[in-house]
Amino acid sequence: MALLQIREALNAAMKEEMERDSTVFIMGEEVAQYNGAYKVTQGLWKQFGDKRVIDTPITEAAFAGIGIGAAMKGLRPIVEMMTWNFAILAFDQIMNHAAKARYMSAGQFKVPMVIRGPNGPAHMLGAQHSQALESMLAHVPGLIVMTPSTPYDAKGMLKSAIRDNNPVMFLESEMMYGQKGEVPEEEYLIPIGVGDIKREGTDVTIICWTKMVSVCLEAAEILSSEGIEVEVIDPRTIRPLDEELIISSVQKTNRCVIVEDSWPFASVGTEIAKRIHQNAFDYLDAPIEIISSIDVPMPYASNLENEILPSVQKVIDAVKRSLYY
Amino acid sequence: MNKSKFLLYLLYYGKLKKEKMKNNWQEFGISNNQIIQMYKEMLLIRRFEERAAQEYGKGKIGGFCHLYIGQEAVAVGAGQTLREDDTVFTAYRDHGHALLRGITPNEAMAELFGKYTGCSKGMGGSMHFYNVEKGFFGGWGIVGAHPPLATGTAFATKYLGKDSVTICFLGEAAANQGVFHETLNLAQLWKIPIVFIIENNHYGMGTEISRAFSGKELRYKGEVYGMEIGRFDGMSVVESYKAVKIAVDRARKESLPTLLEAETYRYRGHSMSDPGTYRTKEEVENYKNIDPIESLKKEIIETKILSENELEKINDEIKILINQSVKFAEESPEPPIEALYQNVYL
Repeated sequence: MALLQIREALNAAMKEEMERDSTVFIMGEEVAQYNGAYKVTQGLWKQFGDKRVIDTPITEAAFAGIGIGAAMKGLRPIVEMMTWNFAILAFDQIMNHAAKARYMSAGQFKVPMVIRGPNGPAHMLGAQHSQALESMLAHVPGLIVMTPSTPYDAKGMLKSAIRDNNPVMFLESEMMYGQKGEVPEEEYLIPIGVGDIKREGTDVTIICWTKMVSVCLEAAEILSSEGIEVEVIDPRTIRPLDEELIISSVQKTNRCVIVEDSWPFASVGTEIAKRIHQNAFDYLDAPIEIISSIDVPMPYASNLENEILPSVQKVIDAVKRSLYY
Repeated sequence: MNKSKFLLYLLYYGKLKKEKMKNNWQEFGISNNQIIQMYKEMLLIRRFEERAAQEYGKGKIGGFCHLYIGQEAVAVGAGQTLREDDTVFTAYRDHGHALLRGITPNEAMAELFGKYTGCSKGMGGSMHFYNVEKGFFGGWGIVGAHPPLATGTAFATKYLGKDSVTICFLGEAAANQGVFHETLNLAQLWKIPIVFIIENNHYGMGTEISRAFSGKELRYKGEVYGMEIGRFDGMSVVESYKAVKIAVDRARKESLPTLLEAETYRYRGHSMSDPGTYRTKEEVENYKNIDPIESLKKEIIETKILSENELEKINDEIKILINQSVKFAEESPEPPIEALYQNVYL
């Protein structure tokens, strides 16, 4: 086992897959000579050269589209978006082209590619650089959406994403790149669509992903000291969702809190709640709680930012509400 | 195009045309057989689309249906310069380009009818024809958004060490989209083996080009990125072949992109719902007088490659093909409901 940061785990995944398959290449802004804006591609240009690690100008729509076209013709591009906020410029390429090429052509195209980069609220970056976009992407049939919460998951998930034959939107947390965790030396893959129990418990199920996992685990620790045992479920893949894991946990605990750092309107959280209502309504002993960020753009001021985001205390309160404390 | 512009056009191209009227196409490596082939292809597209318009009127075809009638010489001339392993992209006015790249009239008509035997099994419709195996990569509905995809395919062939090339057709109105400029920049920066052909039919839906484009000439959009550029008479299949051949050779041999502008015209409205009231009958007639199919027909007869009777026979054969395609489409099954859930993911 090695102790790796998430950025190092992602880097290792790309390095291994590029060594394994010569059709895998990386392009994006500052990915080559600068080693990545967040240093996720550190050293790859040095190892693989200009052909396979390609700096692009600031043209998200065009290089996303070129990646899609390259995937249609047999390559496996990894397109790095400096952040998902900038990928909004490429959403036409993603939604109208990557997601639909296979369907519109009745299966003639395949689009094996990964678009990856940091997502979610960061710290004091203001409204345009601090937003979680997973619900927008997960809304679109044809896309796979993954978002890891640990170095172990990050590596295994990204390797699966690169090998998959569909367009995979890979959302990393901007705030978590430096987070460390144990990663095995030997190769492993984490399949798409398989969630993980991050902490077992009996009283309340908490469903959360990426950065919210650590917030919820911290809340779980405090609740445990008060005699409340929560189960923390990380779906890891947002679409396709590991519904079975979520439903079986709710059937066990009969209570559910969903925590997300994106806006509440038509969110991933509301979708999960809907599925629980459809499939486990009779098991629920309390209304499902959803803690989202507050429904406003992100302000700059630190105190306001803290107010907006889900916090350990908000999670604890929601768990207690669901237990009618 | 207003009258004075049209006269300028005639002056510019008419002069050139007269010069080569005694056909010198062999000088450019075009055989008589190729001329006949191009005539057949243009006529096939024309007859196919005339029939599609009729079937649309009868309610057999739904949705949007954009006809290529008038512009055939651009795709046909360009198509003749390509090899089987090359790739073609275009926008939603795609029937013509599709028929040149391995999609049969049967498969095309069936697709328009929304049938399972269509080239996209009824999942695409008029705007989304595909035959990936034969290098026809669509068929894309968002105006000006497909050039990066096309560039990506050419990027891939270069990456894989192959010498195949991509042609990306787009309309002149699409050329105003930002992503097209981003793509031109990258194609030149990375020396991508691609040919962009702007089919300038002068109208983006109902907006005449002078109301949408502030530049002098469309081809200069390439020049600002240091790209080789060109412009040709898109009402002449020979001119189309000649201009595109140079660009395709440049892509294949030197791995460099080219931006070409084809001066052309669509006789019909933007789509079936457009009566085209934004232009005069006279203007449309002017173009019909220099119709690419009729012009080539004249030249074929004058140079005695084929007789009028022989050309008539070609016309009859095509009519039979088109009739068969309608019958095939009518008798074909609709897609099964299960098809709904197929091919969302692989």
